[in-house]
Amino acid sequence: MKLIIQETYAQASEWAAKYIRNRIVHFAPGPGRFFTLGLPTGSTPLGCYRKLVEYYKNGDLSFKYVKTFNMDEYVGLPRDHPESYHSFMWNNFFKHIDISAENVHILDGNAADLQAECDAFEDKIKAAGGIELFVGGIGPDGHIAFNEPGSSLVSRTRVKTLAMDTILANARFFDGDLSKVPTMALTVGVGTVMDAREVMILITGAHKAFALYKAIEEGVNHMWTVSAFQQHPQTVFVCDEDATLELKVKTVKYFKGLMLVHNKLVEPLYSMKETEAERSQPKKPYSD
Amino acid sequence: MPSNKSVSDAPIAQFTNCRLLRGRRLQREDLWVREGKILNPEKLFFDEKGSADVQLDCKGCILAPGFIDVQINGGFGVDFSLATDDFRSGIDLVSQKILSHGVTSFCPTLVTSPPSVYHQLLPQINVRNGGAHGAGILGAHLEGPFISKEKKGAHPEHCIRTFEENGFQDLLATYGSLDRIQIVTLAPEIKRSSEVIQELTKRGICVSLGHSVANLSQAEEAVQHGATFITHLFNAMLPFHHRDPGIVGLLTSDKIPAGRRVFYGMISDGIHTNPAALRIAHRAHPKGMVLVTDAIAGMGLAPGRHTLGQQVVEIDGLNTYIAGTKTLSGSVATMDTCVRHFLEATGCSVETALEAASLHPAQLLGIEDRKGTLDYDSDADFLMLDDSLHVQATYIAGEEVWRRDALGM
Repeated sequence: MKLIIQETYAQASEWAAKYIRNRIVHFAPGPGRFFTLGLPTGSTPLGCYRKLVEYYKNGDLSFKYVKTFNMDEYVGLPRDHPESYHSFMWNNFFKHIDISAENVHILDGNAADLQAECDAFEDKIKAAGGIELFVGGIGPDGHIAFNEPGSSLVSRTRVKTLAMDTILANARFFDGDLSKVPTMALTVGVGTVMDAREVMILITGAHKAFALYKAIEEGVNHMWTVSAFQQHPQTVFVCDEDATLELKVKTVKYFKGLMLVHNKLVEPLYSMKETEAERSQPKKPYSD
Repeated sequence: MPSNKSVSDAPIAQFTNCRLLRGRRLQREDLWVREGKILNPEKLFFDEKGSADVQLDCKGCILAPGFIDVQINGGFGVDFSLATDDFRSGIDLVSQKILSHGVTSFCPTLVTSPPSVYHQLLPQINVRNGGAHGAGILGAHLEGPFISKEKKGAHPEHCIRTFEENGFQDLLATYGSLDRIQIVTLAPEIKRSSEVIQELTKRGICVSLGHSVANLSQAEEAVQHGATFITHLFNAMLPFHHRDPGIVGLLTSDKIPAGRRVFYGMISDGIHTNPAALRIAHRAHPKGMVLVTDAIAGMGLAPGRHTLGQQVVEIDGLNTYIAGTKTLSGSVATMDTCVRHFLEATGCSVETALEAASLHPAQLLGIEDRKGTLDYDSDADFLMLDDSLHVQATYIAGEEVWRRDALGM
């Protein structure tokens, strides 16, 4: 695991966006060669999405040959409801960039057969050649996507009933009215995300600190499903100072010390604006 | 980007880099248009997997719904109350010229006239959509002849009538036909007005109170029977009195039927209403404010003498008087001037000023589902304005119908 610790939320968001940008540019996507990106929703990735939109507007990054797969979607919420994850992704990301609608995949929470919808989603991922980089967040109860405590660590895309913690955390998006929060969701499984070639988890804020501690300093445990990524060969956790509050001083010092090395992943920052000549030079990102 | 549009093949335009008036505020959003209507881009993206065919950079402009003028008596030498042979081309000329003032829909207004004038002219007013040829015509506004002699303003006294005898039949006989009528201004103190108001309202015609000496209870009764508008508030009515506020009292009356709103026209040219009075009305009832020009034939022309129905009027700057008197008669202000003056005089937000000229008149006429807003599925009649609310370009049904050139014309 690489643990990237930045001082503030803004800096953590920017680091994550730079990393995604470098990965896409280095991949050199083109016709027939799509970069597959797994995407999260929620307040944590908003800063990262804003930076990615900025890179697109500056011409440094294009999403023309990027395919996206979102982690989850509420069941039973109309697609155009302002709190649906379709609306979230449209308003915070898709409407600002040059991505094609046919390259966007979000689970349909209003499908007639929900499990068939989930199975089809897994097939679409397979058909796209698997996911290059899955970006995710972490819930206060340590969940990845909607894989609530107790979810199998080898689970696949399926219907899940939301835990009370999650419903409470989401109530603020539904006027604080618990009765308005959906109780079920479609979600990728822990196993689905584990299949990705690389996983990046964004964790910011003091309220996530305990979950981060459980995820990386304690054992692999289905009660804290993000801990499953301890067994993934390529994981990056990007967090701000507040999220490290429950970690051992030793852990924090160790990874802060490694920032010199880890920053080589985002410096130099590559751009799609570069000329053909420069592009012919292979750009290998640093890896340890 | 190839678009796979399952609903329609028509080209989609995306207006970017603008601030549009939606949901009561200016938002940094793009405006999407297809087939003359405002399109929901999220639906287009997820349902049709579609995208824009052409993107237009608005360079930071404000995008507002086109203005709707519900009281305009003419302009550019054309008088809507004068029965001439080229009446139709007169209407066409005005509808074309007001595009540069930001007006995309209007109600040609006829002042108090003899029945022959109504019989001759009304059939020539075609309710029609706007376009490159000019602003859309919503229907006629008949201001009179059933008004009060004491508050005739610039209207000719000899043409003023009542419907005391035969009620609604008198009105029908005077106008000829009700087909192309959108608004009727009358004085509710005339006997049998309740019956007339009910009959007009039943037929979807908006009834407005004006040129009247009605007291507040007469006005309230008129509203209870269906009246929803006040013609040029403060002008041609009894002044506000603290023991009988008269028609002005409707702004804060508690006898308005539930779910109904009384709107009031305001000529905010800086002359017809003192800015302090404008502010009092606005603060008392901001949601009822409807900006109108009450423009006359002289609007857009040089100072001098012009006709207004059966009268001769004199223009001097922004002031228009009945020739040889100090009686105000209509205005020569343009709609965008009125919007700017309203903004400045009340210190209100840009959104409020724009809504007074677009959303509120649309609500008055019950057409806000397709006009007066930039909501999805609404008609794509909109304006590009700079920050000081000068019109830079006018669009009707998604097509550019006027643009300010480099010379500021």
